[in-house]
Amino acid sequence: MIRFKMPSLGADMKDGTLAEWRKQPGDFLQRGDIIADVDTQKGLIEIEVFSEGTLEKLLVQEGEKVPVGTVLALIRPVKGHEKEEEELPVTSVDLHPIEEAKPSELPKSTKERIKISPLARKIAEENHVDITQLKGTGPEGAIVKADIEKAVSKKGKEEAEPIDLKPVPPSVESIRMAVAAAMSRSNREIPHYYLEKRVDMSNTLEWLREANKNRPVQKRLLPLAVYIKAVAKALDEVPDLNAVWDNGLVRKNEINIGFVVSLRSGGIVVPSILQADSKTVDEIMDAINDIIPRARAFRLRSSELSESTFTISSIGEGGADKVYGIIYPPQVGIAGFGGISEQAFAVNGMLGIHPVMDITLAGDHRATDGLIGSRFLGALTKYLQNPENL
Amino acid sequence: MNQEELKNTVFQLLKNIAPETEPSQLMPDESIREALNIDSYDALQFIVALCEKLDIDIPEEDYGKTRSLKSLLEYLSSKVG
Repeated sequence: MIRFKMPSLGADMKDGTLAEWRKQPGDFLQRGDIIADVDTQKGLIEIEVFSEGTLEKLLVQEGEKVPVGTVLALIRPVKGHEKEEEELPVTSVDLHPIEEAKPSELPKSTKERIKISPLARKIAEENHVDITQLKGTGPEGAIVKADIEKAVSKKGKEEAEPIDLKPVPPSVESIRMAVAAAMSRSNREIPHYYLEKRVDMSNTLEWLREANKNRPVQKRLLPLAVYIKAVAKALDEVPDLNAVWDNGLVRKNEINIGFVVSLRSGGIVVPSILQADSKTVDEIMDAINDIIPRARAFRLRSSELSESTFTISSIGEGGADKVYGIIYPPQVGIAGFGGISEQAFAVNGMLGIHPVMDITLAGDHRATDGLIGSRFLGALTKYLQNPENL
Repeated sequence: MNQEELKNTVFQLLKNIAPETEPSQLMPDESIREALNIDSYDALQFIVALCEKLDIDIPEEDYGKTRSLKSLLEYLSSKVG
């Protein structure tokens, strides 16, 4: 039997609230299916399963807040996959009991007798949907998120003006606290070392200009797509940085690049491009176009938050020249890309004005030394300057 | 489309990208991106939205002309005709 556990969606996550089950006992689950929505400090996250099998039993009720690592459900695996599996890496997260979890305390007022998942209730309230008028399609006729979504879109049509379903975003404070927790832990536990290198970006920008010339505006590439691909290739060459620290260096097989997305309301989220090394620059750009709007709307999937093996932070055009990152635990490195600016720069003994960018690496000195970090920045420079080979 | 309609379209598209800002308060010569705190990704989304809304193409070499409200409106007027 597979014990499906509350995943850790980042070093800062200690617990999550099971907002709604999307599957019921008896349902057959395929890899990548969304089994539940979990409410976290980073918003409502769709939780995927990574193994096939039949959902046997739900062990946690909707509305219950449980620590990371708590078994949420039992899944009967298909034949040949009987080994007990952990669904997602649960990495060195403190498992404190959470006192506010009171699953059995159900309100008893008439209004509350309608069978409805806590998530559906929350969305209904946000969108002013009258739940007494709805027929639920969930287990035992319970109203679930999908029912509210249907009601809202129907309401929108009737009123002849589209109504956007409000996604119930987390508060600014809760995002701030999540960032504070992860960064404090990093600074407390990880002895950082820092390296930097100045890169002539003439070739890269020329390549991007040419690549974008014949593309429709919707398909144009941003430098970020090139940075992500170049980092993935450099990590392939220097695999000790594509790793986590778990009482020792543990290399990761997949190269999943997390990138920092800043939120307009303040704070950041760090979704990741999965298997960035095997994607083309165009595919990475498509993934960026898919992920950034969802990250800002707090509609990410569990794999996009939990599977990063390395992180990058890019300041973007016109911003600061350098950014020195703080490692996102349990990862062992973070690369920083400063803004590109025109500087006096010597190439082959000739001083000229070139667009240059300062790239930095913060490494975990428990896991690697400056020599490895330096090799990584060298490889990264090589790939950035030869984008035609990416 | 007259100058006023063009301006309102620009304000509306900027408001979609940066909802908490007031694009109509922009000074003619200040950098739109800096004033409204728009990052590289959203800057590209703004260009995409302009192209789709006005049915024009803005090639990458012209991005510099979209920097301030004044230069952007001049540029768009020349494109929309």
